[in-house]
Amino acid sequence: MPEHPKSGKPKLERQAMCDRLAMEFQDEWVVNLGVGMPTLCSNYVDPNKTIINHSENGVIGYGPIAPVGQEDRHLVNASGQHVLAQPGMAIVHHADSFAFIRGGMVDVTVMGAYEVAENGDFANWRIPSRKGGGIGGAMDLAACAKRVFIAMEHTNPRDGSPRLLKRCKLPITAPGVVKLVVTDLGLFEVSPQGLVLREYAPGWTPEEIQHETEARLIIPRDVREFRFRD
Amino acid sequence: MRNKVYQTFDEAVADIPDGVTIMFPGFGGVGVPRNLIAALHRQGAKGLTGISNNAGVLDAKAPDVGTLIEAGRVKKMYCAFTSPTHPSRVTAFVRMFNNNEIEAETVPQGTMAERIRAAGAGIGAFYTPTSVGTELAEGKEHRVINGRTYVLEYPLHADYAFIRAWKADTYGNLQFRLTQRNFNPIMAMAAKTTIVEVENDVVAPGELEPDAIHVPGVYVQRIVRIPPAPEGIWE
Repeated sequence: MPEHPKSGKPKLERQAMCDRLAMEFQDEWVVNLGVGMPTLCSNYVDPNKTIINHSENGVIGYGPIAPVGQEDRHLVNASGQHVLAQPGMAIVHHADSFAFIRGGMVDVTVMGAYEVAENGDFANWRIPSRKGGGIGGAMDLAACAKRVFIAMEHTNPRDGSPRLLKRCKLPITAPGVVKLVVTDLGLFEVSPQGLVLREYAPGWTPEEIQHETEARLIIPRDVREFRFRD
Repeated sequence: MRNKVYQTFDEAVADIPDGVTIMFPGFGGVGVPRNLIAALHRQGAKGLTGISNNAGVLDAKAPDVGTLIEAGRVKKMYCAFTSPTHPSRVTAFVRMFNNNEIEAETVPQGTMAERIRAAGAGIGAFYTPTSVGTELAEGKEHRVINGRTYVLEYPLHADYAFIRAWKADTYGNLQFRLTQRNFNPIMAMAAKTTIVEVENDVVAPGELEPDAIHVPGVYVQRIVRIPPAPEGIWE
């Protein structure tokens, strides 16, 4: 495990973080994975569940990342990675792909973020010190998917500042939509009462995690150690 | 019927004047009309407005809209990415945008797709839930419909669309393959003049199954078959 910059304690690997979110996916869910870390969710495969991968460029039901030599030059996912075709796959054009998103067909979207607030707001598209923004399909997905899950580092790697906040400081992507957040320190649920710590990374106590968090954490009696894949 | 099949890309873009709006499809490097972009780059039209998901990628192995931007031919972009995904990924567009050498409007990708679709579909405007509660909705007309808040968005029209297709017939009926389709069909419908580069020989009418046509030929004005590499760009 990589070490936590401040305390020297181990923190969770990115794959373990994404596995944990993927463990929440249910049979027949349509899943949309954002660019970057969230694509690791597709490495978690549960043989008892059929997951339907949707990508904003209009592919519904694509397969795993294509091994070298098996790439089809006409088939990529939202990150521009070549993926394998899969029986039952369907293709639509871009406007229909977003009709699919706004129409509520996506059961969960997993995205990265700069900040998540205890009221379910999150920010992942714009840093005010830089001109412009990189919104892609994130606002459409955030506003319209049935569930928004976030995978991000618990603190800013540059200065150690917390990213789980009382209110977002950066311009938000959508208000009040985040349901579940995994960080390298644990699993957090956004509830009407605030941010609930569900699981903590091995070697960490809820109090230590609170110390790294601006938002006030609700620590339920059944809080437990982080669940890794079997 | 007027002949729609042109022999060269240079001929197909020869009359494009300065100052027009052009749609550039493509996503993740697939379905990008690179041969037409290269031809327009040679032709030299400037003062262009571009509509494209991104404003060119950093490591482009072949021409994309960034080629025209870098050459100073584009005055404004509509796109879903106006800042780099990482501070180190500084494209020609980002450099020029930061220096105020190009204008840009950041449009959420689904809103951009629907604005393009609306242009081709004769829709005057539409309400979408995307961007409600964010900076991008500021100053836009809001409306609550059945308890949900929406913002009003207007169509994006263009003078030209550059299209990359898999198959075409001489009427201009088009087929795309897999995620090559992306923005291509809606852009073909939204522009006054649609110019297509196609990866297979242009066939006679009747050879493509009517039920398998993604863009009816009435939307298409010009078609060029991509020649083998290195003359044609196949990236």
